[in-house]
Amino acid sequence: MSLFDHKVSELHQLLHKKELSVSDLVNESYERIGQVEDKVKSFLTLNEEKARSQAKELDEKIAKGEVKGNLFGMPIGVKDNIVTKNIRTTAGSKILENFDPIYDATVVQKLQDAETVTVGKLNMDEFAMGSSNENSAYQATRNPWNLEYVPGGSSGASAASVAAGEVLFSLGSDTGGSIRQPAAYCGVVGLKPTYGRVSRFGLIAFASSLDQIGPITNTVEDNAYLLEAISGIDPMDSTSANVQVPSFVNSLTGDIRGLKIAVPKEYLGEGVGEEARNSVLEALKVLEKLGATWEEVSLPHSKYALATYYLLSSSEASANLSRFDGVRYGYRTDNAANLIEMYKQTRAEGFGDEVKRRIMLGTFSLSSGYYDAYYKKAQKVRTLIKKDFEDVFQKYDVIVGPTTPTPAFKIGEKTSDPLTMYANDILTIPVNLAGVPGISVPCGFANGLPLGLQIIGRHFDESTIYRTAHAFEQATDFHKQKPQL
Amino acid sequence: MSRISKDQVKHVAHLARLAITEEETEMFTKQLDQIISFAEQLNELDTENVEPTSHVLDMKNVMREDIPQKGLPVEEVLKNAPDSKGGQIRVPSILD
Repeated sequence: MSLFDHKVSELHQLLHKKELSVSDLVNESYERIGQVEDKVKSFLTLNEEKARSQAKELDEKIAKGEVKGNLFGMPIGVKDNIVTKNIRTTAGSKILENFDPIYDATVVQKLQDAETVTVGKLNMDEFAMGSSNENSAYQATRNPWNLEYVPGGSSGASAASVAAGEVLFSLGSDTGGSIRQPAAYCGVVGLKPTYGRVSRFGLIAFASSLDQIGPITNTVEDNAYLLEAISGIDPMDSTSANVQVPSFVNSLTGDIRGLKIAVPKEYLGEGVGEEARNSVLEALKVLEKLGATWEEVSLPHSKYALATYYLLSSSEASANLSRFDGVRYGYRTDNAANLIEMYKQTRAEGFGDEVKRRIMLGTFSLSSGYYDAYYKKAQKVRTLIKKDFEDVFQKYDVIVGPTTPTPAFKIGEKTSDPLTMYANDILTIPVNLAGVPGISVPCGFANGLPLGLQIIGRHFDESTIYRTAHAFEQATDFHKQKPQL
Repeated sequence: MSRISKDQVKHVAHLARLAITEEETEMFTKQLDQIISFAEQLNELDTENVEPTSHVLDMKNVMREDIPQKGLPVEEVLKNAPDSKGGQIRVPSILD
């Protein structure tokens, strides 16, 4: 039994009653890391010394009766594209191998305000480009359910570290499915909030019109607590929305009677595996028993989402990644006689293949003569995809389907062909294009590997997603199963 | 027919300030061609009268008060710079 089998609310009570200390929680993290990290390979940087001294300070606060918020003392892992002051931040890239940020991301500042303890920085696909963590410049994180399988990506280690019990919960980021897909593959709960819900100040940008930071947790309730802590408008991020942050935890009533569910036929059709389809049909039976109703609908432009996404996200990435030029921070080549050569050689030596491929694709689709045919065309199709969702949400409260077409795949299985790798994300990408929120919750197993149920909601209606996900979770046992490591 | 040539790939790499080897030129020509031909399925859709989406939320210019604030200390700013001298970032010569 791990301390992290408890929910945040239970641990909070134990701290409050002085039956548990923050040092106990932090010990639990580092002991577990000591036991399983060789197998799972989640962390790029550990923050042990500072975390332990912070734990002592927080324990002194407990002694004085100063336990404040719900997240007080909870050990968290942070994806390595979120900058942390004086803790190395690499975004999984060689080009930032020795990058030591001089400020904290807004979400990290908010975690400090909530007095969580940062255990370390979590591995990821380089600059969040990938679906398996195999694109990390440092190591391939493994799926705790079967070490021969990928944990998903790009927040693969954010999901694996929670599933493996190395941290209580973590932050990831999601541009085309990078929170939900690994959450599904690792059997944990991952939410991509509405675009604008959470500040991206201090998130190393990949595709700015799509990126969102979000929580990965063992339970829906923990997820709601963590989202509450990191949400809200931020003067440092002009794309953060001026929308009230409700109590997400209060929405977990267990009551979904009368809930209207839409099930897109495109999410159960071609390209979606038998196991994923069946687990969703079973999940719908559970939701029906709880008083919800469902109907089949169509999101007719779904099949165009993948191409749209790759054009837009790569275009934005090619612009965002131009800042890595060897001048102000990061790696610089030793082999250059002049400035232009220094740029070109620094980037050639510092970036991995997938990042280069996307910079090339993006630069191409933004270049003179091709802009209208590729980039602008994709922006127009994005409008159609967004409208598909708006039409369905006129009549339905949530959209339900699988998070991924299949369970996790084997390490090395899909690295040779970029298009096959990209197809993992066909069910998550449309959600980012529309800017709506989506969650993945455990809904079954296939050959010992977890499957995820995706629940998608209206803009800024994370509350209904959480209510639905929580009701489903309470009626099932999938989230209680843990990998044997 | 190939949609993208090796010369185009070299030109794009130059625009992206990315040095690529002959081998990479071959690989990117093949892979970009595949991805671009995949992307051309978007041409099946008539988007003549469709407005492009660049931002999903209905947001206009976001303004704030213009309040002077202290900048970062120079040592902090230079901490991560690969090469600096006399409080400034140093780069290789711009002209040959």
